[in-house]
Amino acid sequence: MRTLRRKLLRDLLTLRGQILAIAVVIGAGVMTLILGVTTLSALSLTQERFYQERGFAEVFADLTRAPESLLPRLAEIPGIDRIESRVRSGVRLRVDDFDDPVRGLVLSIPDGRQPDINRLHLRMGQLPQPERQDEVVVSEPFAEAHGLLPGDQLTAIIHGREQRLRISGIALSPEFVYQTGPGDLLPDYRRYATLWMNRSALARATDLDGAFNSLVATLQAGARTEDVRQALDRQLQRYGGQGSYDRDEQASHRFISEELNQLRVMAVAFPMIFLGVAAFLLSVLLERIIRQQIQEIAVLKAFGYGIGQIARHYLALTALIVGLGLLLGLGFGAWAAEAYARLYIEYFRFPELYFRLQPDVVLLAVAVAILAGGIGTGRAVARAARLTPAQAMRPPLPARYRRGRLADTAFWRRLDQPARMILRNLGRHPLKSALSMLGIALSTSLILVGSYQFQAVDRLLDIQYRLVEQADLHLTLTEATPERAIGELRHLPGVLQAEGYRQVPVRLSHGHRSERTLLLGMEREPQLRRLIDADHRRRSLPEDGLVLTDFLAERLGLRTGDPVQVEVLDGERRILDLPLAAVVAEPIGVGAYLERRALNRLLGEGPAINGAWLAIDPASRDELFQRLDQLAVVAGIGVIGESETAIRAYIDETMLVLMGILLVLAGSIAFAVVYNNARIAFAERQRELATLRVLGFGRGEVAWVLIGELLLLTLIAIPLGWLIGTGFAWLLTEALSMDLLRLPFVVTAQAYGLSGAGILLATALSVLLIQRRLRRLDMVTALKAAE
Amino acid sequence: MNAPEKTTPDGQRRVVFRTRGLCRTYRLGETEVHALRGVDLDLYAGELVVMLGASGSGKSTLLNLLGGLDAASSGEVFYGEQDLSRVSERQLTRFRRDHVGFVFQFYNLISSLTARENVAIVTDICERPMPPEDALALVGLGERLDHFPAQLSGGEQQRVAIARAIAKQPAVLLCDEPTGALDSQTGRQVLNALLDINRRLGTTTAIITHNAVIAEMAHRVIRLRDGRIADIADNPSPRSPDELAW
Repeated sequence: MRTLRRKLLRDLLTLRGQILAIAVVIGAGVMTLILGVTTLSALSLTQERFYQERGFAEVFADLTRAPESLLPRLAEIPGIDRIESRVRSGVRLRVDDFDDPVRGLVLSIPDGRQPDINRLHLRMGQLPQPERQDEVVVSEPFAEAHGLLPGDQLTAIIHGREQRLRISGIALSPEFVYQTGPGDLLPDYRRYATLWMNRSALARATDLDGAFNSLVATLQAGARTEDVRQALDRQLQRYGGQGSYDRDEQASHRFISEELNQLRVMAVAFPMIFLGVAAFLLSVLLERIIRQQIQEIAVLKAFGYGIGQIARHYLALTALIVGLGLLLGLGFGAWAAEAYARLYIEYFRFPELYFRLQPDVVLLAVAVAILAGGIGTGRAVARAARLTPAQAMRPPLPARYRRGRLADTAFWRRLDQPARMILRNLGRHPLKSALSMLGIALSTSLILVGSYQFQAVDRLLDIQYRLVEQADLHLTLTEATPERAIGELRHLPGVLQAEGYRQVPVRLSHGHRSERTLLLGMEREPQLRRLIDADHRRRSLPEDGLVLTDFLAERLGLRTGDPVQVEVLDGERRILDLPLAAVVAEPIGVGAYLERRALNRLLGEGPAINGAWLAIDPASRDELFQRLDQLAVVAGIGVIGESETAIRAYIDETMLVLMGILLVLAGSIAFAVVYNNARIAFAERQRELATLRVLGFGRGEVAWVLIGELLLLTLIAIPLGWLIGTGFAWLLTEALSMDLLRLPFVVTAQAYGLSGAGILLATALSVLLIQRRLRRLDMVTALKAAE
Repeated sequence: MNAPEKTTPDGQRRVVFRTRGLCRTYRLGETEVHALRGVDLDLYAGELVVMLGASGSGKSTLLNLLGGLDAASSGEVFYGEQDLSRVSERQLTRFRRDHVGFVFQFYNLISSLTARENVAIVTDICERPMPPEDALALVGLGERLDHFPAQLSGGEQQRVAIARAIAKQPAVLLCDEPTGALDSQTGRQVLNALLDINRRLGTTTAIITHNAVIAEMAHRVIRLRDGRIADIADNPSPRSPDELAW
């Protein structure tokens, strides 16, 4: 057995290039698995701990105004564990040395102490002193973005009143792990803030003394959220309740959940592809080794080595390759997972990341890798073990070929002999050729999927910011205001165009499905915030009748013409039935639209707006900001161009890193497949190639026989890979479709070009390495040996 | 350069190959192997020589150097006026392509090409080839043009290899143990084919073998021992391969 082990080591040494290539592919599979699963579990665990530790609410409700005396009655609703009232208000902020408008949300906390629910995690400083009216805690990402520290000051306009505030502390909250301003896609921490203030101070500022406009509650174990919410909604209806909602509809929680779902897709899809390819490569390699060592196996058997010993010998080879791949995968996977999780922490603000490589994940990776290796080698090993010594000792016969159907065609007659060799070699093992092609095609498809994502996101942003959003500024008003306000806005300096809108929170229902969203009332032909259909053509709003984003319509199971129940979660809480008039194709959000005056009528109010879009002259930007700042009715100012820049920066940071990793991995697979193919082809044809050299073929001509085969395989595999990749891209688009973003399904010529070029590059690299061997091809020894 | 004339204008036998002080040493790990230790040899146009020697005597090394498969460590190999030890890799390839035909012990046919195509692979690239069909007819395989090596017997495969070697009308045919893998009856067929070519086309033919019987068909017999020429003997009455027995 010792000698057999030595043979194993020698085999490893001779095959090191190929073994390393396969190990890299296994490593890639294990790495994506670890990356996906570990990041997933780290985020879930971190989320769970943070929620538990800070008492994250399970039910949320906003209302216009209710007396504090209502609270004890609400606390008696069956199923409610704890309930807490609070005051919330939009706020406009001015930060010293920062000219852009800053929007924010200010929430109350009990004077001088932590709330019972959604407790703050203080990172610096302390809570406001109980008696202080001007102290606030600010959210950490906002403080970081502006370099604010406890003791610093900022100016706030709450409810139209300007106030100077002093920062007492900096904190994180389970409610705002992921935080965006209204209408924003991604966090913009420089322009959006969350603040916490003593209840008495905020109530005074918002004229809500002895009252509240927001509720949070936790539930008793086993309580049905739906029942609690209905009971709560009934009680709050009189007080302008906007409809309670649970964690699933809470913005921050929902976003994290969607991200976790995405990770779940990744954690399954990518490792499967990588490990599948690795299994394929392993089986090809092992079969080849065994074919070459058939005589040796026969001799071993003749000497009395048992089937088990020989099988173990080759399985040990597999085990070593798998082991090497595992080590690579675990190492890089742990490293990448931590790096990737840290990237998340930039956008999901948890106080700390509970990151660890869990033993079960490692075990899973080990099991999956061994399975892949086992499937790959089982067949080859079984064949080796079955060989009878006599069979293998027989002198080798020339490989069998058939002339094939092409042989009598004009096409065939025009081919030179090397071309015929190439075609017959490929045709001789159609399954093997097909599998090699599939391997290369899969790598092509991986690169395609990688670059597809970049371009899909880019296209999405183009649609959103070139076709949908036409405004420069987005104003939210403190309350519904008569529509003549639009005229006033038009007269402000630098305003080129102004368009008002009316927006209310609604719950849309169809059958048993329902969805909370915002209903946006706009002009029939909106100019500054356009509606587009699937072909990117502009759509106008019908006189009445609802228009929904296609994603939302689909989720509610709606077709054009179906009635939709619209429950207005504001004011008188009207419930209306509206027909679905049309759907629009928007890649972002789950919007619902109605002609503005129709919405005003449904709400039982005169023509009114509570927000506006402005197109402005950039030269007058600062002056306009100053004027807007003085308007008490303006609750917040959003700069649309800035958010586009922020998003593109975000994508550059995160997506590029991730896709870069994917591209490198796909590239390494492509290389491993092509290189392995080249090596195997080289080993099998070495004698023939040497013969050709002796017969007077030059190096280049001989190389062509080998390279032509690889090139032909690659050239056929690339279009196949495009096909598979397009399929993957489509599946990924479907799987990653979610509330916030739906990637458009566009695979550009560039993506096809890039993936094709990537594979050709990998092929060129393999060819280059094989060229080295061809140069060393020893005519004399290659000819001496029998086949 | 591969003129068929066997004599020079002054009536001398024309020399095809001339080696002087030809040495070849290999490094085999720590030890140096002296495969050839100074070989002086002339091969004449149109003759059929058999080089005899035990394994390790240097006969294969000599053949490889003559055929441009290997480079000498020292000494000269002249093919006509050209010193093969001083030409580039590219010129050596050209030399093999246009002037030398090889026949190997294990045939070395391309298994993915038919008999005809195995010959065509050479005729495609050389200067004055004969049609592959003619070459195969010369070795008695005119009927098996479209068979793959796997469908041919060992003797047939070797005859395809001979057809491949002569189709380019080479100046010299180098055969390395051409009957080594064959039974004696098939071996005689192959030797007959070689002799036939030698007679009909006047191709200088060198056969190396360790089988002393084969020497009886040669014009000259060259014996090698320990990397040197031990003995060169003219054979005034060569026998037909059919009379040979081993």
